[in-house]
Amino acid sequence: MKADPKGVLTGAHYIDGDHACAEGAIAAGCRFFAGYPITPSTEAAERIASRFPFVGGTFIQMEDELASMAAILGASWGGRKSMTVTSGPGFSLMMENIGLGVMMEVPCVIANVQRGGPSTGLPTMVGQQDMMQARWGSHGDYAIIALAPQSPQESFDLTITAFNFSEKYRVPVLFMLDECIGHMTEKVVIPPAEEIEIEPRRLTDKPPGDYLPYETGKDLIPDMADAGMGYRFHTTGLTHDERGYPDMSVECQGKLVRRLMDKINNRVDDITIIRKEKIDGAEVILLSYGISARVSTLSIEKARKKGVKVGRVRLITIWPFPEKEIAKLADKIKAFIVPEINMGQISREVERVVAGKCDVISVPHAGGGVHDPEVILEAIMEAVK
Amino acid sequence: MSSKSTTKTPQAERVTTTEDIHPMTGFLRMDRMPHIWCPTCGIGTTVKCFAAALDKENYDLDKVAVVSGIGCTGRVAGYMKLDSFHTTHGRAIPFATGLHLANPELKVVVFSGDGDLIAIGGNHFIHAARRNIDITVICINNFIYGMTGGQCAPTTPLTANTSTTPYGNYEHPFNLPHLATSCGAVYVARWSALHIRRLTKSLQEALRKKGFSFVEVITPCSTLYARRNKLGTGLDLMNYYHDMCEIDHDVHPEDVDINFQENITLGKFVDIEKPTFLDCLEDGYKEKLGDKYLSVRSSHTRELVGHD
Repeated sequence: MKADPKGVLTGAHYIDGDHACAEGAIAAGCRFFAGYPITPSTEAAERIASRFPFVGGTFIQMEDELASMAAILGASWGGRKSMTVTSGPGFSLMMENIGLGVMMEVPCVIANVQRGGPSTGLPTMVGQQDMMQARWGSHGDYAIIALAPQSPQESFDLTITAFNFSEKYRVPVLFMLDECIGHMTEKVVIPPAEEIEIEPRRLTDKPPGDYLPYETGKDLIPDMADAGMGYRFHTTGLTHDERGYPDMSVECQGKLVRRLMDKINNRVDDITIIRKEKIDGAEVILLSYGISARVSTLSIEKARKKGVKVGRVRLITIWPFPEKEIAKLADKIKAFIVPEINMGQISREVERVVAGKCDVISVPHAGGGVHDPEVILEAIMEAVK
Repeated sequence: MSSKSTTKTPQAERVTTTEDIHPMTGFLRMDRMPHIWCPTCGIGTTVKCFAAALDKENYDLDKVAVVSGIGCTGRVAGYMKLDSFHTTHGRAIPFATGLHLANPELKVVVFSGDGDLIAIGGNHFIHAARRNIDITVICINNFIYGMTGGQCAPTTPLTANTSTTPYGNYEHPFNLPHLATSCGAVYVARWSALHIRRLTKSLQEALRKKGFSFVEVITPCSTLYARRNKLGTGLDLMNYYHDMCEIDHDVHPEDVDINFQENITLGKFVDIEKPTFLDCLEDGYKEKLGDKYLSVRSSHTRELVGHD
């Protein structure tokens, strides 16, 4: 289906990544927002608060991020596309109910405008240190989707993608901005509503009585019923069977956990968004995401001027990790160079995937700023020595 | 918009077989019986009163949702044949807040225990009351953590023995009606599992009330609380309620503290009118934004989420 024109501010805008994320959410059909102020994400909440009264949305500032996350789950079951926005410390608090969202299979979007950590860290300054928390932050085994934009335009576009993925796969989607992208102001073009594709909710067409809330077909994704539709369904954070009823058996646990992971991991190809440039014949590939991918541009240009064949891979889908795509590149190159504003989170994942077939050179940064392009250049030159 | 219906058609089906002799069978997920609650536990009694209240008030059960947290009472959501959500520990109220705001046509009821609502969920409780979110909160207060094996709760009376206060509890407990009242709840009552007629009536009133309504239900936990404190059986606890409960609707909620094995004041302490969060928001936006304001009630869900 197409976007509701009421929510789409078609035209060219000069806005930052936080605002663009808010507009993307509204364009995607988000009509419930619960959040708690936290730098550097607050602008997104403020934009939603000012825009929602005109589009029929409900904004509520909750007492903390625990409540914000719980509220968006409830609202999603109430039939509204729902979102919250936060940064590291709030993301930590949300982990509890992100797990509930995974277990109950609730479509919703959590944007994390990353800042430097750990703890309160650097509230106003950039980090990309929550990438592994996005993957593993809530307890137990599960699979989840995380996307990372590198510009305000992508912040708009990919927020819509995040909502679409969350409805399609019935999973919370983590939208991993960073402070630089959140606070970077650039031109953002919002297309006409009829050009924005929206994933409708997978509502069941079975009558009450025949409907089992967690029965699935081949795609392993159950059809949904919202509260109030007459299905009188039950859902729980406990291990449950197809009826949604608690079942504490080892068999049920095995079946449920495997399904929750497989429904995402079997569809990696559909979920992967990746940008590749000058891969053919490359000696080394610079692999990055978010602001670090952007900062690398100068380093790559300089290396190419020096005659080094540098390819580039930019990850937009971070989780599920595009293992196959990366593994097949490893055979042909000397090294992946992975700059990121953390002490080597995604580089370790690349290392795991290439499994010794090429070098993986991490270019870490502890946060608070972006890499000096010369440092990345040095890493490239070192790799081709 | 009220979720009350004028006809009885959507009500739970009445029991016709001799096997299903409980009059509230139609409100329960009978395929989940037997339930996990101990003999003499007061949760089941309260569930029965709640079902009776829904029945008497003639609610369209397709439009009633129950949200529970974690613990013995957290299992209520699993047994009620309604849209029912068994959520995380302490978070039933914010979950319910989202559910209610997303679809204000639903009657949203939070049914959970004292530890869940007042300890780990205490912050959410006070803020939902402050905002006057239009939900009903039913709190089973058995003075103890049951599911985890009898630990101290924020409601455990001074000196009472629990597994984490083996030499007596020396924390002052919360007085729940006082807490709810001071945070802005528009309906506040306390009953016991013995006072089922009054409890049912009170639940009817709470459900009917627009805004944050709160009913505390004092219930026996004979397995843990009574045993650890050598208070006898469930029947002994009921006798204690019978002998020591005083009904006083006019008392100020600050005066209804509960001390170990002393008298318990029951009653309806607060019943006032106050605009809800959603009413305030709608009125404010209409005034400030005029025709440009698109009511959250006007745009309903199918259209927003899309279904083709």
